[in-house]
Amino acid sequence: MSNPSSEPARLLVVDDNRVNRMTLSRSLENQGHVVETAENGQEGLEKIHTGTFDLVLLDIEMPIMNGFQVLEACLNDINLRQIPIIMTSAMEELDAVVKCVELGAEDYLTKPVNPILLRARVNASLEKKRLRDEQRKLFRTFATKEVAEELLRTGFSLGGQMVTASVLVADIRSFTSIAENQTPSDSIELLNQYFSMMFDAVTQNGGIINQIVGDGLLAVFGAPIFHEDHRERAVKAALQMLEQLKLFNENQIANNKTPIRIGIGITSGKMVAGYTGTQNRAIYTCIGDTVNLADRIEEYTKEALRPLLVDQYTREGLPEQYKVEDLGKIIFKGKNQAVNVFAITDS
Amino acid sequence: MTILDMNVFNNLKDSTGADFILELLSAFFEDAENQMEQMRTSMATQDVETFRRAAHSLKSNAATFGAMELSSLARELETMARNENLEAGNRLEDLKDAFEKVKIMLNELR
Repeated sequence: MSNPSSEPARLLVVDDNRVNRMTLSRSLENQGHVVETAENGQEGLEKIHTGTFDLVLLDIEMPIMNGFQVLEACLNDINLRQIPIIMTSAMEELDAVVKCVELGAEDYLTKPVNPILLRARVNASLEKKRLRDEQRKLFRTFATKEVAEELLRTGFSLGGQMVTASVLVADIRSFTSIAENQTPSDSIELLNQYFSMMFDAVTQNGGIINQIVGDGLLAVFGAPIFHEDHRERAVKAALQMLEQLKLFNENQIANNKTPIRIGIGITSGKMVAGYTGTQNRAIYTCIGDTVNLADRIEEYTKEALRPLLVDQYTREGLPEQYKVEDLGKIIFKGKNQAVNVFAITDS
Repeated sequence: MTILDMNVFNNLKDSTGADFILELLSAFFEDAENQMEQMRTSMATQDVETFRRAAHSLKSNAATFGAMELSSLARELETMARNENLEAGNRLEDLKDAFEKVKIMLNELR
């Protein structure tokens, strides 16, 4: 009876009725799954929290905590939201079922459960979960858990919106000449190690990587999910990058390899953010003067001989403990107005 | 009304397995006795909620085995309780009779 096409999944059956628990769990076990049971909503929710289930079959009418309450608790928890829940109910409870599906239940089955329908619905839900998990993994490569969940929930729609956010641009100093003096595979290895440090710093501070071009990267903080402290988050990420790089370089030198230096520019303000491209290939990106200025300020780190520079609005968003040095007004190429630039040295 | 729908019963037997159906039947019989007892006592104390839950579970379990008449009687009682009416008259005796009939049939099939 087992299903050879799929891996055994871990399922939880929550039902206050012993005969239902026995029937469902045995049918599902015969279909090749591993099944646990819970006798009421509260026990069910506790098991969902502690176990790692691929799917939950949830009765609606139960004592202590009903299925509706369990469903709501799961949907409101970022760690549980991704577990598909199939509601099981009597035919007469269809109104409640509709409410559950509208709220976010994956599917429903009426009791007594038809074994063929049970197999079909469970397998379809597991397959959908598998695809979503893959998508989630892909998103997680570029964004934080929160952003990935937001993207999964709202989907991609091409088109932009005006946001207030911070942009971080980082570049490796004279990477071209470093690349010329070592083998191509060493260069790629170096870039991979470098980007993995940079990505960690961005995502750990709630940012999202927007673009990687060559050895440069552009990250945004405060979009698509707004964070009140997006400016401080960006600066924190930058300081973390510099700290990580210091350790990395110590290691490089110890191994007789070239240390690298980077420049980071951060600007904050209004910008247009959204997905650009086509339905088949799209990237989340930010455009506008704020973004252009981040590029200019990053380039200016070479002249200023400071690794981390920010604009005035970013500086104003920082609490007092940051050490800030005012570099005065700079006129950048292609800009009419002078911009006040600040170097951040430490926090 | 059909006492036992053999299609439903055979489907259940196929999906859970011939050995397991014995275990399942004992659970059903034991729980059904308890549910009917709960209905009797809660009718006396006018405890509508307990009565409704017991009728609800019995209805569900009877349907699982294809015991259509029993399930239908339990549903009527559940609906009455839902409307806060426990004037069941001799329906509990009818329920008991329906259960005994089903029990005999199911025991012959085990």
